[in-house]
Amino acid sequence: MRLRVAAALVGLALYLVVVPFVFRESRYLLGILTTASVLSLISLGVWLTFAIGRINIGQAAFALVGGYTTAILSVKLGVSFWLCLPASGLAAALVGAVIGWPILRLKGVYFAMITLTLSEAARLAALNGGTITQGATGILNIPLPGEVTFAGVVLVPAFRALNVHLAFYYLAAILLVLGLFTVTRIASCRLGWIFRSLRQDEALAASIGVNVAKYRVLAFALGCFFAGIAGAFFTVSQQSIYPSSFGVPDSVYFMLYCFLGGLSYVSGPVVGAFVLFLGFELLHGLREYQMLTYAAIMITMMLWLPNGLLSLRLPARPGMKADA
Amino acid sequence: MNYALIALGITLIFAIMGVLNFAHGQMYVLGGFVTYYVYGVFGLNYFVALAASAVTVACVGLVFERFLFRRVLRITTREESTMLLAAGTALLLDSLSLALFGEKQRGVAPVVAGVYEVFGAFVPASRALIFVLAGGLVSALLLFIQYTRPGRALRAIAQDKETAALQGVDIDRYSALGFALGAALAGLAGGLLVTVFAVNAGAGTPISIKAFIMIMIGGAGVVSGAILGAFVLGFSEALGYFFIPGSTTYLMILVGLIVFLIFRPQGIMGKPWG
Repeated sequence: MRLRVAAALVGLALYLVVVPFVFRESRYLLGILTTASVLSLISLGVWLTFAIGRINIGQAAFALVGGYTTAILSVKLGVSFWLCLPASGLAAALVGAVIGWPILRLKGVYFAMITLTLSEAARLAALNGGTITQGATGILNIPLPGEVTFAGVVLVPAFRALNVHLAFYYLAAILLVLGLFTVTRIASCRLGWIFRSLRQDEALAASIGVNVAKYRVLAFALGCFFAGIAGAFFTVSQQSIYPSSFGVPDSVYFMLYCFLGGLSYVSGPVVGAFVLFLGFELLHGLREYQMLTYAAIMITMMLWLPNGLLSLRLPARPGMKADA
Repeated sequence: MNYALIALGITLIFAIMGVLNFAHGQMYVLGGFVTYYVYGVFGLNYFVALAASAVTVACVGLVFERFLFRRVLRITTREESTMLLAAGTALLLDSLSLALFGEKQRGVAPVVAGVYEVFGAFVPASRALIFVLAGGLVSALLLFIQYTRPGRALRAIAQDKETAALQGVDIDRYSALGFALGAALAGLAGGLLVTVFAVNAGAGTPISIKAFIMIMIGGAGVVSGAILGAFVLGFSEALGYFFIPGSTTYLMILVGLIVFLIFRPQGIMGKPWG
């Protein structure tokens, strides 16, 4: 146990101190790592729905909700990014709870298919949102995060005044660490056991007094919260959002990250997102064959490691690896 | 009718293998391209082209089943893994057709010229031909499944795999047949529709989504449900585009679908949970 904590701390130090220090001038690498971190955060949300035995391919819809919340709040109402971020997460979670309540009654492929159509529906809704979402032109010129002061002390300086890439890297890293910590805590406390019981048998869980409907909506909404936060992050770091910012393919990718990392592990989605996304970027040199090679590698991985990358680690104990 | 072909193909694969074929739309695109090349570029007979589409895509399906899905189904600990594999194959086919055929929109000239007048509406002869062909294929497939020995084996596997195996049905062989048949249907649909709507390499995902919508309406894994779902989607699309043009139509269809599934989660004809 102590060894694990130590390993986690070393990983954390590597991630938060060494990497940004070494690559502080390399915009491209920092950008990739930032994106990978936030993709991991979204995938963690997908993993939460996996934890209750549902395949969620609608995560892009909630990322879109989060992204548009931030865009609209910050551009039209001039709200600070630091308020927009939680607001986006809450908005996505709220939408997730409202939609999730009815559709979580579905199981298996039905749920997968309905969430897939949800991704498409969200894109169309944004496209037809009139003046609120500005249709296909999207919302542009979203301001960078400003400074945060508390009692005269500058807690977070304005991003404009800093190395922007480094600032976003830290924001992404902190969000991911917080997210991972939350999910790890959830997985190991009573809530995690409830979620696992839901995955194995909902009827049985109900028979021992678990409020099935309540807990599955909770898990789903929490997953959506992550998507909303990540959506807000991407919106601000790219300073724009379009209906096609998050689409069906993105939803499928988030699901794939979880799968390839390993569904039995909390850190599975994180590992999956980092490995796959970095791998995809490494194949950049292949140009038009990038996609092709990537898909081939993915299928090969699937053939040899159908239970995820982390299943390589033996003996496997679920939910223990702490950092990517 | 063409939608029915697509929906039938995906339902067939789902019922027999328990695999949600994400690559269905991509197979459709592949079929469209084969027809485009054989008929549009090389100038062979249209029916030859259709057959070529069906055979090519069936082979692709066969290869996928034999080398990918069968292995993963055997060694995985979670059944959802096949979905990942299906999504992976979809990506593969997507990028393959982009690399092979380029990103241009490809269409072919109508097969037959002329226009019929049916109850005061004008129907181009080529569309009528496609309608008849698709109808014929759907009926042929239904007859095949209902009355022949392989068809019976397929139905048996769909109902209960273990029991079917106990009765001496060769699961491996018929799973391959089912997968190839489902893929061939996607290829045929692509070959038929390329004469009306052109195809391009990126058209796969929307088609897959439509296929999912259809089997959700009808009920997954049920043949009659697939056909019904196809008609429901076809009509609501046509009516929707007539009254409210633009992409709002699809939004309405999707919202309607979600509301419908709240009341009847297993679709019109489906058994609970497929």
